[in-house]
Amino acid sequence: MMVSKDVFAESVFLCCAISSAIIILAILGFMVALGIPLFQEIPLSDILNGPWAPHHGAYGIRAMIFGTFLIAFLATLICLPLSLGMSFVISSLGGRRSRRLLGAIVRFMTGIPTVIYGFVGIFLLVPLIREGFGGPGMGVLTASIVLAILISPTMILFFTDSLLAVNAAYVQAAKALGATRVQRLLYVMLPGALSGMASGFILALGRAVGDTLIALMLAGNAVRTPQGLLEPARTLTAHIALVKAADFDSMAFRSIFACGITLYLFTILATIMVRVMTRERIAIS
Amino acid sequence: MIRGFAEKTIACLSWALALSLCLSVTVLLSYLLIKGLPSLGTELVFGKADPLNVLLGRERVFDGIFPAAVGTLSLVFLSTLIALPLGICSGIYLSEYATPGMKKAVGGLFDVLAGIPSIVVGLYGFSVSIFLHHHFSERLGPCLLISALSLGVLVLPYIVRSSQSALEELPAHIRCTATALGATRLQNLVYVLLPNALSGIGSGVILAIGRCAEDTAVILLTGVVATAGLPSSLFAQYEALPFYIYYISNQYTNPAELSNGYGACLVLLGICSVLFMVARGMQKRLFHWALYSR
Repeated sequence: MMVSKDVFAESVFLCCAISSAIIILAILGFMVALGIPLFQEIPLSDILNGPWAPHHGAYGIRAMIFGTFLIAFLATLICLPLSLGMSFVISSLGGRRSRRLLGAIVRFMTGIPTVIYGFVGIFLLVPLIREGFGGPGMGVLTASIVLAILISPTMILFFTDSLLAVNAAYVQAAKALGATRVQRLLYVMLPGALSGMASGFILALGRAVGDTLIALMLAGNAVRTPQGLLEPARTLTAHIALVKAADFDSMAFRSIFACGITLYLFTILATIMVRVMTRERIAIS
Repeated sequence: MIRGFAEKTIACLSWALALSLCLSVTVLLSYLLIKGLPSLGTELVFGKADPLNVLLGRERVFDGIFPAAVGTLSLVFLSTLIALPLGICSGIYLSEYATPGMKKAVGGLFDVLAGIPSIVVGLYGFSVSIFLHHHFSERLGPCLLISALSLGVLVLPYIVRSSQSALEELPAHIRCTATALGATRLQNLVYVLLPNALSGIGSGVILAIGRCAEDTAVILLTGVVATAGLPSSLFAQYEALPFYIYYISNQYTNPAELSNGYGACLVLLGICSVLFMVARGMQKRLFHWALYSR
Protein backbone atom coordinates (compact mmCIF):
# COMPACT_ATOMS: atom_id res chain seq x y z
CA MET A 1 0.00 0.00 0.00
CA MET A 2 2.69 2.48 0.99
CA VAL A 3 4.75 1.53 -2.00
CA SER A 4 1.94 2.19 -4.46
CA LYS A 5 1.31 5.58 -2.83
CA ASP A 6 4.98 6.38 -3.26
CA VAL A 7 4.96 5.34 -6.89
CA PHE A 8 1.77 7.31 -7.48
CA ALA A 9 3.26 10.46 -5.97
CA GLU A 10 6.40 10.11 -8.02
CA SER A 11 4.45 9.76 -11.23
CA VAL A 12 2.38 12.85 -10.38
CA PHE A 13 5.57 14.85 -9.86
CA LEU A 14 7.01 13.43 -13.07
CA CYS A 15 3.89 14.41 -15.03
CA CYS A 16 4.12 17.95 -13.70
CA ALA A 17 7.77 18.26 -14.66
CA ILE A 18 7.13 16.84 -18.12
CA SER A 19 4.13 19.05 -18.80
CA SER A 20 6.08 22.13 -17.70
CA ALA A 21 8.85 21.14 -20.08
CA ILE A 22 6.33 20.61 -22.88
CA ILE A 23 4.91 24.10 -22.35
CA ILE A 24 8.36 25.59 -22.93
CA LEU A 25 8.88 23.67 -26.15
CA ALA A 26 5.31 24.46 -27.24
CA ILE A 27 6.09 28.18 -27.14
CA LEU A 28 8.68 27.75 -29.86
CA GLY A 29 6.50 25.25 -31.71
CA PHE A 30 3.52 27.60 -31.84
CA MET A 31 5.57 30.50 -33.12
CA VAL A 32 7.26 28.47 -35.84
CA ALA A 33 3.92 26.96 -36.89
CA LEU A 34 2.24 30.34 -37.17
CA GLY A 35 5.27 31.93 -38.83
CA ILE A 36 5.56 29.25 -41.54
CA PRO A 37 3.26 30.98 -44.08
CA LEU A 38 5.56 34.02 -43.94
CA PHE A 39 8.71 31.97 -44.43
CA GLN A 40 7.13 30.13 -47.36
CA GLU A 41 6.28 33.33 -49.15
CA ILE A 42 9.27 35.52 -48.37
CA PRO A 43 12.88 34.27 -48.27
CA LEU A 44 14.51 34.32 -44.83
CA SER A 45 17.20 36.77 -45.93
CA ASP A 46 14.53 39.30 -46.97
CA ILE A 47 12.84 39.00 -43.58
CA LEU A 48 16.03 39.43 -41.61
CA ASN A 49 17.66 42.02 -43.82
CA GLY A 50 14.90 43.78 -45.75
CA PRO A 51 13.06 47.04 -45.11
CA TRP A 52 9.67 47.26 -43.37
CA ALA A 53 7.05 48.46 -45.85
CA PRO A 54 3.83 46.47 -45.35
CA HIS A 55 2.03 48.38 -48.13
CA HIS A 56 4.64 47.24 -50.64
CA GLY A 57 4.74 43.68 -49.42
CA ALA A 58 8.09 44.03 -47.63
CA TYR A 59 8.20 42.72 -44.10
CA GLY A 60 11.89 42.94 -43.19
CA ILE A 61 12.72 43.33 -39.52
CA ARG A 62 16.30 44.58 -39.89
CA ALA A 63 15.59 48.01 -38.42
CA MET A 64 13.95 46.41 -35.41
CA ILE A 65 16.84 44.00 -34.82
CA PHE A 66 19.27 46.89 -35.07
CA GLY A 67 17.15 49.05 -32.74
CA THR A 68 16.89 46.24 -30.20
CA PHE A 69 20.60 45.64 -29.97
CA LEU A 70 21.53 49.32 -30.09
CA ILE A 71 19.27 50.14 -27.16
CA ALA A 72 20.20 47.00 -25.22
CA PHE A 73 23.97 47.46 -25.67
CA LEU A 74 23.82 51.13 -24.80
CA ALA A 75 21.78 50.31 -21.70
CA THR A 76 24.25 47.66 -20.53
CA LEU A 77 27.14 50.05 -21.24
CA ILE A 78 25.53 52.70 -19.02
CA CYS A 79 24.61 50.08 -16.47
CA LEU A 80 28.05 48.45 -16.25
CA PRO A 81 30.00 51.22 -14.42
CA LEU A 82 27.05 51.92 -12.12
CA SER A 83 26.76 48.25 -11.21
CA LEU A 84 30.52 47.81 -10.80
CA GLY A 85 30.63 50.78 -8.42
CA MET A 86 27.62 49.63 -6.47
CA SER A 87 28.78 46.01 -6.18
CA PHE A 88 32.29 47.13 -5.11
CA VAL A 89 30.76 49.19 -2.33
CA ILE A 90 28.32 46.48 -1.25
CA SER A 91 30.84 43.65 -1.36
CA SER A 92 33.83 45.30 0.30
CA LEU A 93 34.34 49.05 0.25
CA GLY A 94 31.39 50.11 2.38
CA GLY A 95 31.04 49.92 6.14
CA ARG A 96 28.68 47.39 7.71
CA ARG A 97 25.67 49.70 7.86
CA SER A 98 26.02 51.30 4.44
CA ARG A 99 26.45 47.85 2.88
CA ARG A 100 23.20 46.68 4.42
CA LEU A 101 21.37 49.85 3.43
CA LEU A 102 22.60 49.77 -0.17
CA GLY A 103 21.86 46.05 -0.42
CA ALA A 104 18.30 46.69 0.74
CA ILE A 105 17.89 49.49 -1.81
CA VAL A 106 19.07 47.26 -4.65
CA ARG A 107 16.76 44.43 -3.62
CA PHE A 108 13.90 46.90 -3.35
CA MET A 109 14.67 48.08 -6.90
CA THR A 110 14.00 44.58 -8.22
CA GLY A 111 10.42 45.03 -7.02
CA ILE A 112 9.66 48.32 -8.78
CA PRO A 113 7.27 47.63 -11.69
CA THR A 114 8.66 48.27 -15.17
CA VAL A 115 5.69 50.37 -16.20
CA ILE A 116 6.48 52.82 -13.39
CA TYR A 117 10.00 53.37 -14.72
CA GLY A 118 8.44 54.03 -18.10
CA PHE A 119 5.80 56.39 -16.72
CA VAL A 120 8.29 58.49 -14.77
CA GLY A 121 10.65 58.37 -17.75
CA ILE A 122 8.01 59.92 -20.02
CA PHE A 123 7.17 62.80 -17.72
CA LEU A 124 10.56 63.45 -16.11
CA LEU A 125 13.36 62.35 -18.42
CA VAL A 126 11.85 62.97 -21.86
CA PRO A 127 11.42 66.76 -21.31
CA LEU A 128 14.94 66.94 -19.84
CA ILE A 129 16.49 65.21 -22.86
CA ARG A 130 14.41 67.29 -25.28
CA GLU A 131 15.56 70.55 -23.71
CA GLY A 132 19.12 69.45 -22.95
CA PHE A 133 20.09 67.72 -26.19
CA GLY A 134 17.35 68.67 -28.64
CA GLY A 135 15.52 66.16 -30.82
CA PRO A 136 12.09 64.71 -30.10
CA GLY A 137 13.01 63.60 -26.58
CA MET A 138 11.83 60.05 -27.15
CA GLY A 139 14.69 58.12 -28.62
CA VAL A 140 17.48 55.61 -28.22
CA LEU A 141 19.29 57.52 -25.47
CA THR A 142 16.21 58.09 -23.30
CA ALA A 143 15.17 54.44 -23.48
CA SER A 144 18.72 53.25 -22.77
CA ILE A 145 19.11 55.41 -19.66
CA VAL A 146 15.87 54.17 -18.10
CA LEU A 147 16.59 50.61 -19.20
CA ALA A 148 20.03 50.85 -17.56
CA ILE A 149 18.42 51.66 -14.21
CA LEU A 150 15.87 48.90 -14.72
CA ILE A 151 18.46 46.17 -15.34
CA SER A 152 21.01 47.39 -12.78
CA PRO A 153 19.68 45.27 -9.86
CA THR A 154 20.18 42.09 -11.92
CA MET A 155 23.77 43.04 -12.68
CA ILE A 156 24.54 44.30 -9.16
CA LEU A 157 23.16 41.21 -7.41
CA PHE A 158 25.16 38.92 -9.70
CA PHE A 159 28.34 40.99 -9.34
CA THR A 160 28.02 41.14 -5.57
CA ASP A 161 27.30 37.42 -5.26
CA SER A 162 30.29 36.44 -7.36
CA LEU A 163 32.60 38.87 -5.53
CA LEU A 164 31.51 37.49 -2.17
CA ALA A 165 31.77 33.90 -3.39
CA VAL A 166 35.55 34.17 -3.67
CA ASN A 167 37.24 31.92 -1.11
CA ALA A 168 37.36 33.78 2.21
CA ALA A 169 40.75 32.26 3.05
CA TYR A 170 42.38 34.13 0.16
CA VAL A 171 40.84 37.39 1.30
CA GLN A 172 41.94 36.77 4.89
CA ALA A 173 45.47 35.93 3.71
CA ALA A 174 45.67 39.18 1.76
CA LYS A 175 44.37 41.02 4.81
CA ALA A 176 47.07 39.42 6.96
CA LEU A 177 49.69 40.56 4.47
CA GLY A 178 48.53 44.12 5.01
CA ALA A 179 46.42 44.65 1.88
CA THR A 180 43.90 47.46 2.18
CA ARG A 181 40.21 47.01 1.37
CA VAL A 182 40.63 48.31 -2.17
CA GLN A 183 43.66 46.11 -2.73
CA ARG A 184 41.85 43.02 -1.49
CA LEU A 185 38.95 43.86 -3.79
CA LEU A 186 41.03 44.58 -6.88
CA TYR A 187 43.74 41.91 -6.66
CA VAL A 188 42.03 39.05 -4.80
CA MET A 189 38.26 39.20 -5.15
CA LEU A 190 37.88 40.67 -8.63
CA PRO A 191 40.06 38.16 -10.55
CA GLY A 192 38.25 35.24 -8.89
CA ALA A 193 34.83 36.65 -9.63
CA LEU A 194 35.24 37.49 -13.32
CA SER A 195 33.43 34.49 -14.81
CA GLY A 196 30.45 34.90 -12.50
CA MET A 197 30.35 38.59 -13.30
CA ALA A 198 30.42 37.88 -17.02
CA SER A 199 27.32 35.71 -16.71
CA GLY A 200 25.63 38.50 -14.74
CA PHE A 201 26.46 40.84 -17.61
CA ILE A 202 24.90 38.50 -20.17
CA LEU A 203 21.77 38.00 -18.07
CA ALA A 204 21.38 41.77 -17.75
CA LEU A 205 21.84 42.11 -21.52
CA GLY A 206 19.16 39.46 -21.95
CA ARG A 207 16.80 41.43 -19.74
CA ALA A 208 17.53 44.57 -21.75
CA VAL A 209 16.81 42.80 -25.04
CA GLY A 210 13.64 41.24 -23.67
CA ASP A 211 12.13 44.31 -22.08
CA THR A 212 9.08 45.64 -23.88
CA LEU A 213 7.59 48.49 -21.95
CA ILE A 214 10.55 50.84 -21.67
CA ALA A 215 11.28 50.80 -25.39
CA LEU A 216 7.58 50.95 -26.24
CA MET A 217 7.03 53.98 -24.03
CA LEU A 218 10.32 55.86 -24.46
CA ALA A 219 12.07 54.94 -27.71
CA GLY A 220 9.63 56.65 -30.10
CA ASN A 221 8.88 53.49 -32.14
CA ALA A 222 9.76 54.86 -35.59
CA VAL A 223 10.46 52.05 -38.07
CA ARG A 224 13.82 53.04 -39.47
CA THR A 225 17.42 52.61 -38.59
CA PRO A 226 18.33 55.40 -36.15
CA GLN A 227 21.16 57.66 -37.34
CA GLY A 228 21.97 59.10 -33.94
CA LEU A 229 21.35 58.44 -30.29
CA LEU A 230 18.62 61.07 -30.05
CA GLU A 231 16.58 59.59 -32.88
CA PRO A 232 13.62 57.31 -32.30
CA ALA A 233 13.92 53.57 -32.90
CA ARG A 234 11.74 50.51 -32.57
CA THR A 235 12.69 47.27 -30.85
CA LEU A 236 11.55 43.75 -31.71
CA THR A 237 9.52 43.56 -28.51
CA ALA A 238 7.79 46.89 -29.12
CA HIS A 239 7.16 45.82 -32.72
CA ILE A 240 5.29 42.74 -31.52
CA ALA A 241 3.18 44.87 -29.19
CA LEU A 242 2.39 47.44 -31.89
CA VAL A 243 1.61 45.18 -34.86
CA LYS A 244 -0.60 42.84 -32.85
CA ALA A 245 -3.57 45.12 -33.47
CA ALA A 246 -3.58 44.20 -37.18
CA ASP A 247 -5.87 41.40 -38.35
CA PHE A 248 -4.92 37.79 -37.73
CA ASP A 249 -4.26 36.63 -41.27
CA SER A 250 -2.25 39.53 -42.66
CA MET A 251 1.42 39.09 -43.51
CA ALA A 252 2.31 41.98 -41.19
CA PHE A 253 0.84 39.96 -38.38
CA ARG A 254 2.73 36.85 -39.46
CA SER A 255 5.98 38.77 -39.38
CA ILE A 256 5.80 39.33 -35.63
CA PHE A 257 6.39 35.61 -35.25
CA ALA A 258 9.74 36.15 -36.97
CA CYS A 259 10.44 38.73 -34.24
CA GLY A 260 9.33 36.26 -31.58
CA ILE A 261 11.53 33.49 -32.97
CA THR A 262 14.52 35.86 -33.13
CA LEU A 263 14.01 36.81 -29.47
CA TYR A 264 13.54 33.18 -28.48
CA LEU A 265 16.73 32.09 -30.23
CA PHE A 266 18.65 34.95 -28.63
CA THR A 267 17.40 33.79 -25.22
CA ILE A 268 18.56 30.24 -25.87
CA LEU A 269 21.96 31.52 -27.01
CA ALA A 270 22.36 33.70 -23.91
CA THR A 271 21.32 30.84 -21.62
CA ILE A 272 23.83 28.49 -23.24
CA MET A 273 26.58 31.09 -22.95
CA VAL A 274 25.88 31.59 -19.26
CA ARG A 275 25.82 27.84 -18.68
CA VAL A 276 29.09 27.28 -20.47
CA MET A 277 30.71 30.11 -18.58
CA THR A 278 29.65 29.16 -15.11
CA ARG A 279 29.54 25.41 -15.76
CA GLU A 280 26.91 25.11 -13.11
CA ARG A 281 23.24 25.73 -12.55
CA ILE A 282 22.45 29.42 -12.51
CA ALA A 283 20.31 30.72 -9.72
CA ILE A 284 17.22 32.65 -10.69
CA SER A 285 17.53 36.08 -9.24
CA MET B 1 52.72 55.72 -5.91
CA ILE B 2 50.74 55.68 -9.15
CA ARG B 3 49.18 52.42 -8.08
CA GLY B 4 48.09 53.90 -4.77
CA PHE B 5 46.55 56.81 -6.61
CA ALA B 6 44.69 54.51 -8.98
CA GLU B 7 43.36 52.49 -6.06
CA LYS B 8 42.10 55.64 -4.34
CA THR B 9 40.47 56.81 -7.56
CA ILE B 10 38.68 53.50 -8.01
CA ALA B 11 37.37 53.61 -4.44
CA CYS B 12 36.10 57.18 -4.82
CA LEU B 13 34.60 56.44 -8.23
CA SER B 14 32.79 53.38 -6.90
CA TRP B 15 31.22 55.41 -4.12
CA ALA B 16 30.25 58.16 -6.54
CA LEU B 17 28.62 55.71 -8.97
CA ALA B 18 26.83 53.84 -6.19
CA LEU B 19 25.48 57.06 -4.76
CA SER B 20 24.38 58.33 -8.16
CA LEU B 21 22.35 55.17 -8.71
CA CYS B 22 20.74 55.63 -5.28
CA LEU B 23 20.10 59.25 -6.15
CA SER B 24 18.31 58.39 -9.39
CA VAL B 25 16.06 55.90 -7.60
CA THR B 26 15.34 58.48 -4.91
CA VAL B 27 14.49 61.09 -7.53
CA LEU B 28 12.17 58.61 -9.26
CA LEU B 29 10.34 57.71 -6.06
CA SER B 30 10.07 61.23 -4.70
CA TYR B 31 8.83 62.54 -8.05
CA LEU B 32 6.14 59.89 -7.97
CA LEU B 33 5.24 60.70 -4.37
CA ILE B 34 5.05 64.46 -4.95
CA LYS B 35 2.88 64.03 -8.06
CA GLY B 36 0.81 61.11 -6.86
CA LEU B 37 0.09 61.75 -3.19
CA PRO B 38 -2.48 64.51 -3.75
CA SER B 39 -4.59 62.21 -5.92
CA LEU B 40 -4.63 59.31 -3.47
CA GLY B 41 -8.03 58.80 -1.88
CA THR B 42 -11.41 57.20 -2.47
CA GLU B 43 -11.92 59.46 -5.48
CA LEU B 44 -8.94 57.78 -7.22
CA VAL B 45 -10.31 54.30 -6.66
CA PHE B 46 -14.05 54.78 -7.01
CA GLY B 47 -14.35 57.99 -9.02
CA LYS B 48 -17.65 59.71 -8.39
CA ALA B 49 -19.44 56.54 -7.38
CA ASP B 50 -20.25 55.67 -3.79
CA PRO B 51 -17.64 53.18 -2.46
CA LEU B 52 -20.17 51.11 -0.50
CA ASN B 53 -22.50 50.74 -3.46
CA VAL B 54 -19.59 49.76 -5.69
CA LEU B 55 -18.37 47.10 -3.29
CA LEU B 56 -21.89 45.69 -3.05
CA GLY B 57 -22.05 45.58 -6.84
CA ARG B 58 -24.87 48.10 -7.15
CA GLU B 59 -22.98 50.77 -9.05
CA ARG B 60 -20.33 50.82 -11.78
CA VAL B 61 -17.13 52.84 -11.59
CA PHE B 62 -16.32 54.86 -14.69
CA ASP B 63 -13.53 57.23 -13.70
CA GLY B 64 -11.64 55.36 -10.99
CA ILE B 65 -9.10 52.57 -10.91
CA PHE B 66 -11.39 50.11 -9.07
CA PRO B 67 -12.03 47.85 -12.12
CA ALA B 68 -8.33 47.86 -12.95
CA ALA B 69 -7.40 46.93 -9.39
CA VAL B 70 -9.97 44.12 -9.33
CA GLY B 71 -8.68 42.92 -12.71
CA THR B 72 -5.11 42.82 -11.46
CA LEU B 73 -6.11 40.97 -8.29
CA SER B 74 -8.09 38.35 -10.20
CA LEU B 75 -5.21 37.92 -12.64
CA VAL B 76 -2.76 37.39 -9.80
CA PHE B 77 -5.11 34.96 -8.06
CA LEU B 78 -5.83 32.90 -11.20
CA SER B 79 -2.28 32.70 -12.48
CA THR B 80 -0.93 31.74 -9.06
CA LEU B 81 -3.62 29.08 -8.84
CA ILE B 82 -2.43 27.70 -12.18
CA ALA B 83 1.32 27.97 -11.72
CA LEU B 84 1.64 27.05 -8.06
CA PRO B 85 0.76 23.32 -8.05
CA LEU B 86 2.49 22.68 -11.36
CA GLY B 87 5.60 24.61 -10.35
CA ILE B 88 6.00 23.16 -6.87
CA CYS B 89 5.45 19.59 -8.09
CA SER B 90 8.00 20.08 -10.88
CA GLY B 91 10.44 21.54 -8.34
CA ILE B 92 9.92 18.54 -6.06
CA TYR B 93 10.51 16.16 -8.95
CA LEU B 94 13.68 17.94 -10.06
CA SER B 95 15.09 18.05 -6.56
CA GLU B 96 14.02 14.66 -5.16
CA TYR B 97 13.42 12.20 -7.97
CA ALA B 98 15.17 13.30 -11.16
CA THR B 99 18.35 11.65 -12.35
CA PRO B 100 21.32 14.02 -12.83
CA GLY B 101 20.92 13.89 -16.61
CA MET B 102 17.20 14.71 -16.44
CA LYS B 103 17.91 17.45 -13.92
CA LYS B 104 20.35 19.03 -16.31
CA ALA B 105 18.10 18.78 -19.36
CA VAL B 106 14.85 19.95 -17.74
CA GLY B 107 16.69 22.49 -15.58
CA GLY B 108 18.19 23.93 -18.76
CA LEU B 109 14.71 24.26 -20.25
CA PHE B 110 13.56 26.21 -17.20
CA ASP B 111 16.57 28.50 -17.48
CA VAL B 112 15.56 29.19 -21.08
CA LEU B 113 11.97 29.84 -20.02
CA ALA B 114 13.14 32.20 -17.28
CA GLY B 115 15.00 34.24 -19.89
CA ILE B 116 12.27 34.37 -22.54
CA PRO B 117 11.03 37.95 -22.94
CA SER B 118 7.57 38.32 -21.46
CA ILE B 119 6.23 39.66 -24.75
CA VAL B 120 7.12 36.35 -26.39
CA VAL B 121 5.14 34.52 -23.70
CA GLY B 122 2.32 36.95 -24.44
CA LEU B 123 2.60 36.19 -28.15
CA TYR B 124 2.34 32.50 -27.28
CA GLY B 125 -0.83 33.14 -25.29
CA PHE B 126 -2.19 35.20 -28.16
CA SER B 127 -1.48 32.46 -30.70
CA VAL B 128 -3.11 29.89 -28.43
CA SER B 129 -6.21 32.06 -28.27
CA ILE B 130 -6.29 32.39 -32.07
CA PHE B 131 -5.88 28.65 -32.34
CA LEU B 132 -8.82 28.11 -29.98
CA HIS B 133 -10.84 30.73 -31.83
CA HIS B 134 -10.35 28.96 -35.16
CA HIS B 135 -10.74 25.39 -34.03
CA PHE B 136 -13.17 25.36 -31.14
CA SER B 137 -15.42 28.34 -30.70
CA GLU B 138 -15.87 31.68 -32.38
CA ARG B 139 -16.56 33.18 -28.99
CA LEU B 140 -13.12 32.40 -27.63
CA GLY B 141 -10.51 35.12 -27.95
CA PRO B 142 -8.01 36.97 -25.82
CA CYS B 143 -9.54 36.96 -22.33
CA LEU B 144 -8.87 36.82 -18.61
CA LEU B 145 -8.25 33.07 -18.63
CA ILE B 146 -5.72 33.24 -21.49
CA SER B 147 -3.87 36.05 -19.70
CA ALA B 148 -3.80 34.11 -16.45
CA LEU B 149 -2.49 31.02 -18.26
CA SER B 150 0.26 33.01 -19.97
CA LEU B 151 1.25 34.74 -16.75
CA GLY B 152 1.31 31.32 -15.12
CA VAL B 153 3.77 30.16 -17.78
CA LEU B 154 5.81 33.33 -17.27
CA VAL B 155 6.28 32.77 -13.52
CA LEU B 156 6.52 28.98 -13.68
CA PRO B 157 10.35 28.87 -13.76
CA TYR B 158 10.59 31.13 -10.69
CA ILE B 159 8.39 28.80 -8.67
CA VAL B 160 10.10 25.64 -9.98
CA ARG B 161 13.59 26.91 -9.31
CA SER B 162 12.86 28.36 -5.89
CA SER B 163 11.17 25.18 -4.67
CA GLN B 164 13.92 23.06 -6.19
CA SER B 165 16.73 25.00 -4.56
CA ALA B 166 14.87 25.33 -1.25
CA LEU B 167 14.66 21.51 -1.13
CA GLU B 168 18.19 20.91 -2.36
CA GLU B 169 19.70 23.26 0.19
CA LEU B 170 18.29 21.31 3.14
CA PRO B 171 21.21 19.93 5.18
CA ALA B 172 21.86 16.18 5.20
CA HIS B 173 20.90 15.70 8.85
CA ILE B 174 17.35 16.89 8.15
CA ARG B 175 17.19 14.86 4.95
CA CYS B 176 18.38 11.56 6.44
CA THR B 177 16.89 11.38 9.94
CA ALA B 178 13.34 10.34 9.06
CA THR B 179 14.51 7.89 6.38
CA ALA B 180 16.85 6.29 8.90
CA LEU B 181 13.87 5.82 11.23
CA GLY B 182 12.01 3.95 8.52
CA ALA B 183 9.95 6.66 6.81
CA THR B 184 9.19 6.15 3.14
CA ARG B 185 10.39 8.62 0.58
CA LEU B 186 6.96 10.25 0.38
CA GLN B 187 6.57 10.48 4.16
CA ASN B 188 9.99 12.03 4.43
CA LEU B 189 9.03 14.54 1.75
CA VAL B 190 5.63 15.47 3.19
CA TYR B 191 6.44 15.52 6.90
CA VAL B 192 10.07 16.63 6.96
CA LEU B 193 11.44 18.12 3.76
CA LEU B 194 8.52 20.29 2.62
CA PRO B 195 7.86 21.92 6.03
CA ASN B 196 11.54 22.75 6.31
CA ALA B 197 11.71 24.16 2.80
CA LEU B 198 8.52 26.22 3.12
CA SER B 199 10.26 29.52 3.70
CA GLY B 200 12.28 29.27 0.50
CA ILE B 201 9.31 28.07 -1.53
CA GLY B 202 7.10 30.80 -0.05
CA SER B 203 9.40 33.65 -0.90
CA GLY B 204 9.77 32.35 -4.45
CA VAL B 205 6.00 32.25 -4.74
CA ILE B 206 5.58 35.79 -3.44
CA LEU B 207 8.15 37.10 -5.91
CA ALA B 208 6.24 35.30 -8.66
CA ILE B 209 3.01 36.97 -7.51
CA GLY B 210 4.76 40.34 -7.69
CA ARG B 211 5.81 39.53 -11.24
CA CYS B 212 2.17 38.72 -12.14
CA ALA B 213 0.98 41.99 -10.65
CA GLU B 214 3.48 44.15 -12.49
CA ASP B 215 3.85 42.51 -15.87
CA THR B 216 2.35 44.51 -18.71
CA ALA B 217 3.75 42.97 -21.88
CA VAL B 218 1.96 39.63 -21.48
CA ILE B 219 -1.46 41.07 -20.78
CA LEU B 220 -1.02 43.66 -23.53
CA LEU B 221 -1.29 40.80 -26.05
CA THR B 222 -3.75 38.59 -24.25
CA GLY B 223 -6.91 40.55 -23.64
CA VAL B 224 -6.45 43.59 -21.44
CA VAL B 225 -8.41 46.64 -22.61
CA ALA B 226 -8.75 50.21 -21.43
CA THR B 227 -12.44 50.12 -20.54
CA ALA B 228 -14.14 46.88 -19.69
CA GLY B 229 -15.50 47.43 -16.21
CA LEU B 230 -15.26 44.56 -13.77
CA PRO B 231 -14.31 41.24 -15.38
CA SER B 232 -17.65 39.46 -15.85
CA SER B 233 -16.32 35.97 -16.53
CA LEU B 234 -13.14 34.03 -17.25
CA PHE B 235 -13.76 34.52 -20.95
CA ALA B 236 -14.27 38.27 -20.80
CA GLN B 237 -11.82 41.06 -21.41
CA TYR B 238 -10.71 43.00 -18.36
CA GLU B 239 -8.76 45.99 -17.07
CA ALA B 240 -5.48 45.88 -15.14
CA LEU B 241 -3.44 48.42 -13.20
CA PRO B 242 -0.16 48.27 -15.15
CA PHE B 243 -2.03 48.57 -18.42
CA TYR B 244 -4.05 51.48 -17.04
CA ILE B 245 -0.78 53.29 -16.26
CA TYR B 246 0.60 52.53 -19.71
CA TYR B 247 -2.63 53.66 -21.33
CA ILE B 248 -2.77 56.92 -19.38
CA SER B 249 0.85 57.69 -20.26
CA ASN B 250 0.10 58.02 -23.96
CA GLN B 251 -3.66 58.60 -24.13
CA TYR B 252 -4.40 61.02 -21.33
CA THR B 253 -6.61 63.94 -22.33
CA ASN B 254 -6.72 66.14 -19.23
CA PRO B 255 -4.70 66.83 -16.07
CA ALA B 256 -7.18 64.94 -13.89
CA GLU B 257 -6.56 61.70 -15.82
CA LEU B 258 -2.82 62.26 -15.62
CA SER B 259 -2.94 62.71 -11.87
CA ASN B 260 -5.02 59.52 -11.67
CA GLY B 261 -2.13 57.89 -13.54
CA TYR B 262 0.35 59.02 -10.89
CA GLY B 263 -2.02 57.76 -8.21
CA ALA B 264 -2.29 54.39 -9.97
CA CYS B 265 1.52 54.23 -10.10
CA LEU B 266 1.66 54.73 -6.34
CA VAL B 267 -1.00 52.08 -5.75
CA LEU B 268 0.82 49.55 -7.93
CA LEU B 269 4.16 50.40 -6.33
CA GLY B 270 2.50 49.98 -2.92
CA ILE B 271 1.12 46.55 -3.84
CA CYS B 272 4.48 45.39 -5.21
CA SER B 273 6.51 46.65 -2.27
CA VAL B 274 4.11 45.12 0.27
CA LEU B 275 4.42 41.77 -1.54
CA PHE B 276 8.17 42.21 -1.59
CA MET B 277 8.38 42.95 2.12
CA VAL B 278 6.07 40.04 2.93
CA ALA B 279 8.45 37.80 0.99
CA ARG B 280 11.43 39.06 2.97
CA GLY B 281 9.58 38.86 6.27
CA MET B 282 8.21 35.44 5.47
CA GLN B 283 11.64 34.04 4.87
CA LYS B 284 12.52 34.80 8.48
CA ARG B 285 9.15 34.09 10.14
CA LEU B 286 8.41 30.87 8.29
CA PHE B 287 11.87 29.65 9.00
CA HIS B 288 11.27 30.22 12.68
CA TRP B 289 7.86 28.58 12.53
CA ALA B 290 9.18 25.54 10.72
CA LEU B 291 12.04 25.05 13.11
CA TYR B 292 10.58 25.75 16.52
CA SER B 293 6.82 25.60 16.71
CA ARG B 294 6.12 22.11 15.47
